[in-house]
Amino acid sequence: MPDLGKYVTEVLLAYGVSIAILATLVAMSWRQSRRVRRDLEAAEARKNG
Amino acid sequence: MTIMSMWEYANPKRFMGWTGHVLPWAFGGAAVCLTVGLIWGFFFTPDEMRQGSTVKIIYLHVPAALMAINAWIMMLVASLIWLVRRHHVSALAAKAAAPVGVTMTLIALATGAIWGQPMWGTYWAWDPRLTSFMILFLFYLGYMALWAAIDDPDMAADLTSVLCMVGSVFALMSRYAVNFWNQGLHQGASLSLDKEKNVADVFYQPLLFAIAGFVLLFFALVLLRTRTEIRTRRLRALIRREGQ
Repeated sequence: MPDLGKYVTEVLLAYGVSIAILATLVAMSWRQSRRVRRDLEAAEARKNG
Repeated sequence: MTIMSMWEYANPKRFMGWTGHVLPWAFGGAAVCLTVGLIWGFFFTPDEMRQGSTVKIIYLHVPAALMAINAWIMMLVASLIWLVRRHHVSALAAKAAAPVGVTMTLIALATGAIWGQPMWGTYWAWDPRLTSFMILFLFYLGYMALWAAIDDPDMAADLTSVLCMVGSVFALMSRYAVNFWNQGLHQGASLSLDKEKNVADVFYQPLLFAIAGFVLLFFALVLLRTRTEIRTRRLRALIRREGQ
């Protein structure tokens, strides 16, 4: 861990907030992608009998 | 590559094919560049003389702000293609880019506020660049709300395209606000093609990796979300047919 001096809170907060927001976006995008893919496969299976 | 062959890649079936191959590489490249850029920047760069260790926030703030503006420009290009050529994948790509763009804008605003407090003594000021970024953020929210509010996808694409053109004024203003009004707290651009020297090399090199990571992550997420939009459209068509 580098010595962040008197700005330790600001720097860690900036990294923490940004990484959390990005991780949430990636996770939500993947989850939505998987759900829609599964629903589409089920609908196509119904259509094909 | 001819113009015609370029359009063939945007055919929904072809698009699903080639993006399926590109997607893992885009996510992998983003992960590598972000890891290198952020670890290098956080652990292995010195403090800046005036800003101390807060200079490390540059590796998040600058790439996010860059992508917040460029995402809107990408949406503008896709919207114009929709309006001119009625190409459905372009409209869906614009729709898919909006949540990624708003996330980048949010990160730029949040890291800017956190950085602003120790440097300027305030989290927020009605400075030209900060204000135009806030308006851009609201345009993103409005754009997504408009897509969600209209059932007919073609009409939604038409109206959101018009909104996107209007919002482009603020996207460009976010970039050039400091130059237009030479006042306010925010400094000029940290990176510029027309400047011989940007930030010092010791900060510049990891910053380039971080920017590459954000660009690749944006590209990967837009591809993934566009694929989801194409599948959603197909799914709705199937459900409609089942109901008939």
